[in-house]
Amino acid sequence: MYAYDSLDETLVRERAVQFRDQVGRRVSGELSEDEFKPLRLRNGLYLQLHAYMLRVAIPYGLLSSDQLRALARIARRYDRDYGHFTTRQNIQFNWIKLADAPDILDELAEAGMHAIQTSGNCIRNTTTDQFAGVAADEIEDPRPWAEIIRQWSTLHPEFSFLPRKFKVAINGSPNDRAAIAVHDIGLSMLHGPTGETGFRVWVGGGLGRTPMIAEEIRGFLPANDLLSYLEAILRVYNIEGRRDNLYKSRIKILVSALGIERFRELVEAEWAEIRDSSLRLDEAEVSRIRAQFAPPAYEVVDSGLFAAKRIEDTAFARWAARNLFPHKQPGHAAVTVSLKPIGGVPGDMSADQMEALADLADEYSYGEIRVAHRQNLVLAHVPQSRLYDLWRALDSLGLATPNLLRVTDIVACPGLDFCGLATARSIPVAQRLSERLAEIDDRHDLRELTINISGCINSCAHHHVGHIGILGLEKSGKESYQVTLGGSSAEDAAIGKIVGRGFGADEIVAAIETIVVTWLELRQGDERFLDSLRRIGQEPFRAALYGTG
Amino acid sequence: MQLIDYSNARPAVESDVWTHVDDDAPLPAGGPATVSLERWQASRDELAGRNQPLGVRLDSHERIDDIVADLPRFDLIALNFPNLNDGRHFSTARLLRERHGYGGRLRATGQVLRDQLDPMRRCGFDEFDIAPGKDAASALPAFDQISVTYQPAADARLTAAQLRRRLPESVDVAD
Repeated sequence: MYAYDSLDETLVRERAVQFRDQVGRRVSGELSEDEFKPLRLRNGLYLQLHAYMLRVAIPYGLLSSDQLRALARIARRYDRDYGHFTTRQNIQFNWIKLADAPDILDELAEAGMHAIQTSGNCIRNTTTDQFAGVAADEIEDPRPWAEIIRQWSTLHPEFSFLPRKFKVAINGSPNDRAAIAVHDIGLSMLHGPTGETGFRVWVGGGLGRTPMIAEEIRGFLPANDLLSYLEAILRVYNIEGRRDNLYKSRIKILVSALGIERFRELVEAEWAEIRDSSLRLDEAEVSRIRAQFAPPAYEVVDSGLFAAKRIEDTAFARWAARNLFPHKQPGHAAVTVSLKPIGGVPGDMSADQMEALADLADEYSYGEIRVAHRQNLVLAHVPQSRLYDLWRALDSLGLATPNLLRVTDIVACPGLDFCGLATARSIPVAQRLSERLAEIDDRHDLRELTINISGCINSCAHHHVGHIGILGLEKSGKESYQVTLGGSSAEDAAIGKIVGRGFGADEIVAAIETIVVTWLELRQGDERFLDSLRRIGQEPFRAALYGTG
Repeated sequence: MQLIDYSNARPAVESDVWTHVDDDAPLPAGGPATVSLERWQASRDELAGRNQPLGVRLDSHERIDDIVADLPRFDLIALNFPNLNDGRHFSTARLLRERHGYGGRLRATGQVLRDQLDPMRRCGFDEFDIAPGKDAASALPAFDQISVTYQPAADARLTAAQLRRRLPESVDVAD
């Protein structure tokens, strides 16, 4: 993985000093809360219902074992012994004191980490496929490009006060595991006619109040033009984007107001001016960064033990069938470490678990951990012969729930239990659903069926792109949950459609169960819920839920 | 008004020598003066004939499109930041400096607070009209808090990538 050089290190340390100074001026009263807010926000510090929340950046979801240990120390020293992994491959600490924030940033800087641009109206953490660099279906490893974007976007002087937040995702495979269609900019890697590296560029996707699937703005962008093209898009957005209404200020609104053709004209005209500038990527720098993402020196392994153990131990076989991902390197697998124990809080991990997993990463996966955007972790380079031992270790830590992309692999935001913006609770709904649906999955093998639960319209849990989406709202003082069906964030991206009137907190679990049970009667062969839904439409579900035909 | 002037090697607190003329006020007989974009457009010939330093003020929604051809006439362009969230003029500043070759003074006005000074300078501003109630002198260190830059902008600083490229050379080549 990318290792900081002295320049990267200096920047992160200086930023920590700068933030300490900003906090000091707030504490002394020199800065008002209104003045401090945009400063703390662009450094990941939110004021929530009970405490400050600090969101720490995990660039494109990649962590070393030592960095995970640093997060564990922070969880123990400054939080309540746990952290919460987010849908944007970051981690949040929910119980932070303002006065501790500068010390936390110092500790992060020691580990080559920071909270730069994890919130605020600026370019956020660039996200990617959690299986980047190891996926058998990959065209090219997107992580060097994500790192190049990280550097370019960090403290970008022109784009630090955008109309609204800005999120870039990059995917290296034809199968989209980075949800690029619902990002402000989505990049998908491809090779040009003569084999040169490039990107297909999408713009204007997003969720929230006005969910939209991104439009293609450029079919092929040569890789060395990446930064000038991004800068052109951002400049057009910074100048033309709406600033009069918070809810209409994302780039998706601008793209849809102008139309993709007009927006493309503006971007291409701007790009023509800056394409031949020092933004053009230098081959030596690209090579320097690429080299740091070279695969580890894999050993040649005998997979006989793996095959034998799968026959011997059915629990292991079930986990292996569900939580492993095909690896480029023969004899290896990418392991998803589930942070979705049945009845647990999605994405939460204790300090003890973090430290234990850091040790397992050292022992089994070259000291590297990834955060997946479904709030799970990944050990990406495990020899098949060692999977059984790893599984036993994970199981003893409560980290081996065999449910990747299944009905209990629920994505949920912190919701009204923590968040100042939430209109309803998400976590208790996720917990109850997980318990109820685990039984049904055990009996009927529900295969791939994703559920995403957001506690407000800002849709941090991406409910619009869950196969089943749940949005918690507040209706006359009571929580009300709206259900959408048919969303997807993959290469078949779609925004889910509302099935009908909402359900109360005491009705929502039964409603989702009704949907699942109704589907069981209608599914053909082993089709996924999403495929059945596309075949039969929403009517059978409406009828079952509301008694209407 | 407290003004930071960073047109020389080091930033310094200066007093403002410019008169900022309201649209309905007469122009002063002598001395440097700024007018709004609207007034410039309405009385371009009269203003251009006035043999004194001239500046133009743009609010955050105003574009430079209409003054690009007139840039050599201005000794000062003042770009206003009405609030902390309106960052349009960061782009305007870079376009003036990098695309249109504007070489006069470029002043940030309005909600100009110390934590925006460095990005403003990187985008090409060299004068900073510090927001009322804030102390300009204590803001001066803000320009030096972050020494590493990852992206090219309107300032002359070398980016991290450029430094990395030069580093081996500076070892090899004695100068």
